[in-house]
Amino acid sequence: MSNSNFTRRNMIKTGAVAGAGLAAPTLFSPVWAANHAGYTNAPQGGSVTLGFNVPQTGPYADEGADELRAYELAVEHLNGGGDGGMMGTFTVGGSASALTGSGILGKKVEYVTGDTQTKPDAARASAKSMIEKDGAIMITGGSSSGVAVAVQSLCQEAGIIFMAGLTHSNDTTGKDKKANGFRHFFNSYMSGAALAPILGANYGTNRKAYHLTADYNWGYTTEEAVRTSTEAIGWETVAAVKTPLAQTDFKDYVAPVLSSGADVLILNHYGGNMVNSLTSAVQFGLREAQANGQDFQIVVPLYSRLMAKGAGANVKGIFGSTNWHWSLQDEGSKAFVQSFGTKYGFPPSQAAHTVYCQTLLYAQAAEMAGTFNPCGIGQALEGLEFDGLGNGPTLYRAEDHQCFKDVLVVKGKENPTSEFDLLEIVEVTPAAQVTYDASIFGGDLGTCNPGA
Amino acid sequence: MFGLDTKDTRLFFFVAVLVAFAPFLMNPFPTESGLAQFNGGYPDLMQRFVIFGIFAIGFNILFGLTGYLSFGHAAFLGTGSYAAVWMLKLLTINVIPAIVISTLVAGVMALAIGFISLRRSGIYFSILTLAFAQMAFALAASVLTPITGGETGLQTALNDPRILDFRAEGGNIPAPSLFGLEMRASYEWLVGGWSFTFNVGYYISGLFMLAALYVAIRIFRSPFGLMLKAIKTNQNRLNYTGVSTRPYTLTAFVISGMYAGLAGGLMAAMDPLAGAERMQWTASGEVVLMTILGGAGTLLGPILGAGFIKYFENIFSKINDSILHSWFSFLPEGLENVMVTILHPFVGKGWHLTLGILFMLVVIFLPGGLMEGMQRIGKMFSRKKKSDETDGKATVPAE
Repeated sequence: MSNSNFTRRNMIKTGAVAGAGLAAPTLFSPVWAANHAGYTNAPQGGSVTLGFNVPQTGPYADEGADELRAYELAVEHLNGGGDGGMMGTFTVGGSASALTGSGILGKKVEYVTGDTQTKPDAARASAKSMIEKDGAIMITGGSSSGVAVAVQSLCQEAGIIFMAGLTHSNDTTGKDKKANGFRHFFNSYMSGAALAPILGANYGTNRKAYHLTADYNWGYTTEEAVRTSTEAIGWETVAAVKTPLAQTDFKDYVAPVLSSGADVLILNHYGGNMVNSLTSAVQFGLREAQANGQDFQIVVPLYSRLMAKGAGANVKGIFGSTNWHWSLQDEGSKAFVQSFGTKYGFPPSQAAHTVYCQTLLYAQAAEMAGTFNPCGIGQALEGLEFDGLGNGPTLYRAEDHQCFKDVLVVKGKENPTSEFDLLEIVEVTPAAQVTYDASIFGGDLGTCNPGA
Repeated sequence: MFGLDTKDTRLFFFVAVLVAFAPFLMNPFPTESGLAQFNGGYPDLMQRFVIFGIFAIGFNILFGLTGYLSFGHAAFLGTGSYAAVWMLKLLTINVIPAIVISTLVAGVMALAIGFISLRRSGIYFSILTLAFAQMAFALAASVLTPITGGETGLQTALNDPRILDFRAEGGNIPAPSLFGLEMRASYEWLVGGWSFTFNVGYYISGLFMLAALYVAIRIFRSPFGLMLKAIKTNQNRLNYTGVSTRPYTLTAFVISGMYAGLAGGLMAAMDPLAGAERMQWTASGEVVLMTILGGAGTLLGPILGAGFIKYFENIFSKINDSILHSWFSFLPEGLENVMVTILHPFVGKGWHLTLGILFMLVVIFLPGGLMEGMQRIGKMFSRKKKSDETDGKATVPAE
């Protein structure tokens, strides 16, 4: 070193500065716990802030944009604007919901938005800024299970309620479940359980399946669930290949399928991934192909209208499952499609539906608990039985914070009558058939955390 | 003081004061005002400022001094994060082992990658480091999923061993802490309409950044640093005079890899999650942008560049259409919609566009980065008073 000068005077100076630096943190320590209401971000004044954390870029950006529309609609309805949407049909335990259009607990609902970029890291940064900067009392959204799991654990640590958006992996309310996290959407297990009987009835029980799986937790549990339930009806799994989430060109993955001896291709892909992989599969002529003396078939375990739109005519006749579809004819669905369509000019997707429901459910729980304290809200949601949100009678199970409701098995429509009429409902699988024991996926809820 | 000359001491204290008072400086607007949108003084963002500052300071030791442009530095950041989260899971929730081990692991990895990559220079070196970083990314994202958690990322869990900790009762995962002082603990000070947040994790990261800056200054001013500058100026001449440059470049590469590892470790200590995308080439490119934007080869530049980019990423990306509408609500409706339409592509998810334009302007008009801009402003004011004295010094970059 060029100019070291370890004189006594310098040592003392250095020591004094270093000592002051070390002492600084302890000066603050007595006031750490200073807090107003016993939970993080207790709303001050006449408004309450919700954080809508959705993918605005990346492979799930379409879903994110639709989620944001539904959130804005939900906030409008909660604040008494618009036609009220599903607030009018939402019933809890047989009687009307506590939502009157005067905000939540009399406080006007405001919101902040963020971009998850479909990356756990970015999603956490965005959620953190909502909690720390904007004082959000609840975080909701996400269109990927990787993101949902990451943000859910962040919310658990920070003492904030997380209302999961579109996340379909078993892990979200299984292995990685958290006391502060709740999911309305269905999961991989339910898709598998609902799909397998339909696949057996249509394609027979002597089939060989080839899986292409998105390489993250949702892909894994979906592949697992579909594999287990199809093998139970006699199918055989030839191969399961993982594809990166950011992949946009699936030619290399689709090319070896025909020569593998398989006669069914199962695409455990969602959003832009599924649109691209299905298009590649169709380009390779898989849909006209014959294998093992049978017509080659393609299955997409998790379907949405946005994906069907992206894939165009390629989806005709392809089976999959979905959480909700706008063509449902119950009062709740009709009211939601009506008010969403009036505002935006097209019907909502399942992603929009689930996040709208989650926002209303959060508001209802806050009204029931009489507080925004995450522990109170958690208690209100646990075991909540409600109806009128488009899925029929639904239970928020206390053991894993997962909703149990009917699952729709759908098929790409052969003769669509409009650009939105792309899926037809093949069967409504009753909730009882897709219910499982809460302990099969392991994990531990822990205890609710209201924060500092 | 500390073995620094007067100018460097002044610079060091300038940064120290910035770090100490950042909660005030970053929150200039009252919380209820419309401009509060532009406040950046919340713990997460301030932590990012200093952590990416460390990353950029380290990158600058390699790029600014030797001129070797590494396009794979994110690999060390990611490795540091994974190492740190594993320490938090296996050893203890105390952040010290996590930070130390992450720095060391990144250093070992830098030694291996540097040993091979530094056999080439120029564009070939950049490509080699990029290749290694993409390999590391692919490994983390898919092949090594049991160790890295794949695209889901690696997190702490309730049932982690944490062998050095006493098993605490209760159903919540303990937060990373320094001997019981939790990284996320904050003290909020409300004064008038303002609210200032003092966060433990931020100040600990800040101390690490000051230490990192101090070491960087000493390296810049040492004979070793001079040798690195000589390599940048003319490596052939050094070779002809019989100096073997590779040990010097390798040392610089390892030091800068350890800086990246330290930054990764601190990131994991602040928020115990490590994701594969931290290693992606975009993350490597980001630190190059930070360094060039701030001023490559200067001491303060990379810190400024890091702060600049992180601010844009976190503040501009959160401005949505409804906020734009509220800004222009005083205008007649037609005009309001026009203004919102014009600004829409530049905010929210369009923050990359704004940053790109600014980056372009800086590179074209201030090739020396933000530091050059500051020097020009500084010159404008100082020349009036004592032109004779400063003229000689002004040609030396204020590093």
